[in-house]
Amino acid sequence: MSMSMNVTLSREDVVRLCERVEGAQKRAYAIPKLTDEYPGMTMGDGYAVQLELRRRFLEQGHRQVGWKAGLTSKAKMQQMGVSVPSIGFLTDRMARPENSAISTADLVHPRVECEVAFVMKKTLSGPGCTREDVLAATDYVLPAVEIIDSRFSGFKFDLESVVADNGSSARFVGGGRARYAEELDLRTLGVVMEKNGEIVTMGASAAVLGHPAEAIAMLVNILAELGEDLPAGSFVMSGGITEAIAVKPGDSITARFQELGSVSMRFVD
Amino acid sequence: MNDETIQKYGDELYVAWLERRTVAPLLEREPDITLADAYRIQSRYIERRVGAGETVVGKKIGVTSKAVQDFLGVFQPDFGQLTSGMVHEEGDTIDLGTLIQPKAEAELAFVLKADLQGPGVTAMDVIRATDYVVPCFEIVDSRITDWKIKIQDTVADNASCGVYVLGKTRGDPRKLDITLAGMVLEKNGELHSTGVGAAVQGSPANAVAWLANTLGELGIPFRAGEVILSGSQSALVPVVDGDELVCTVGGLGSCRVKFSVGSAA
Repeated sequence: MSMSMNVTLSREDVVRLCERVEGAQKRAYAIPKLTDEYPGMTMGDGYAVQLELRRRFLEQGHRQVGWKAGLTSKAKMQQMGVSVPSIGFLTDRMARPENSAISTADLVHPRVECEVAFVMKKTLSGPGCTREDVLAATDYVLPAVEIIDSRFSGFKFDLESVVADNGSSARFVGGGRARYAEELDLRTLGVVMEKNGEIVTMGASAAVLGHPAEAIAMLVNILAELGEDLPAGSFVMSGGITEAIAVKPGDSITARFQELGSVSMRFVD
Repeated sequence: MNDETIQKYGDELYVAWLERRTVAPLLEREPDITLADAYRIQSRYIERRVGAGETVVGKKIGVTSKAVQDFLGVFQPDFGQLTSGMVHEEGDTIDLGTLIQPKAEAELAFVLKADLQGPGVTAMDVIRATDYVVPCFEIVDSRITDWKIKIQDTVADNASCGVYVLGKTRGDPRKLDITLAGMVLEKNGELHSTGVGAAVQGSPANAVAWLANTLGELGIPFRAGEVILSGSQSALVPVVDGDELVCTVGGLGSCRVKFSVGSAA
């Protein structure tokens, strides 16, 4: 697996696009996909915008807590015409506690996904990172719900724009029951998502690249192409097991995981 | 529907099964057929198979997912009867020549250790009466042309049951989380789809309780030793010569089945 991280945009254009994405994220409004204006944008350009966004956030005092993998199901990858997942960074400002009320006022069109999250005890570096390397470097796993929010209007986007928009990252909730990875079969964990008490989507963890640790290995290998490693202590979400479900104020979500307990939250104005 | 017509359609489906051919949808020919009529036709069909030497060994529950219920325009599952001629062992290669238009479904099967008599049966009673659960494949098949079924057609046709394969790894539903256990289905070594126990009526035990109560109203009990296929947790997979399927239930184990034409290897 390899992808071009070739950056074609000028520094000026990267900053310009970053400001556009940052404005859309902060003030919660939709923008046209970036490739409308820059049709030649590459994946490398997308990540250049994302890393510029991270630089600004860190400068503003946000703390990076980890990373997320996206587009990790075969169906989603085929739909987007890509053979690798995308990644995005996670900060403390995106974290919300279990059983909390999450405001949607500062989100554009939030949707929720069930994921297996990993907390790392050793630093991992690619290229060549494998599922086994990931499991050996994992402190524990836990259930998580990611609240994604594409800032692009009408859900029209392409991979380059999504990557620039930090993989649609918005909020996340970790919780449930922490477990040692070696005590579980991480491939066959069943998951049920309930919205307002009704099952809305379900699946098993193999939906994520055959095994969630595979998604973390690919994330580490993408980081290597960006010249970074995955530091010990990172919180990493491995990608949606279930389809993304739209939420609005008044909705309650409970994600129930085999062996990992559940994660709940509710949405308010 | 009078007994004579019931018998005619039951016999027609039996002969279609015997000769591996399909018949036109019953509902197209008998627009007023009721669900109760359809179950009577099913009974006649099973009576013919038993008359030819098979025994009834259990039940199957179908139409358990909301998607399939919506598709057929019904609000409850249906059921069919399992006979000794439908049983395959894990590892068997199923001869596609014995089937017409087969599709595979991954399920959890319950084997009972006590009788269960509805009505009034709860999911807790089901767990209590269960000896063990195993991962299994039901190979559904339709004697109705091109699967053009309405609920009455599939019920009359023994809930589209073909054959079934029980896995060898037994689980105790007092230890296994049957509601949240994941279901991973692989076809020819590649991930095909995933599911979870809750896809079946919220929990496979709910589906079994539903059937115990439905049969109970007809005065039919579940008997100790019966096998109950609780309903599909996966997408339907059409199978062709050379296909190999594996389903794995999280925390339990796998069931593997192969298909070929004309081989009983």
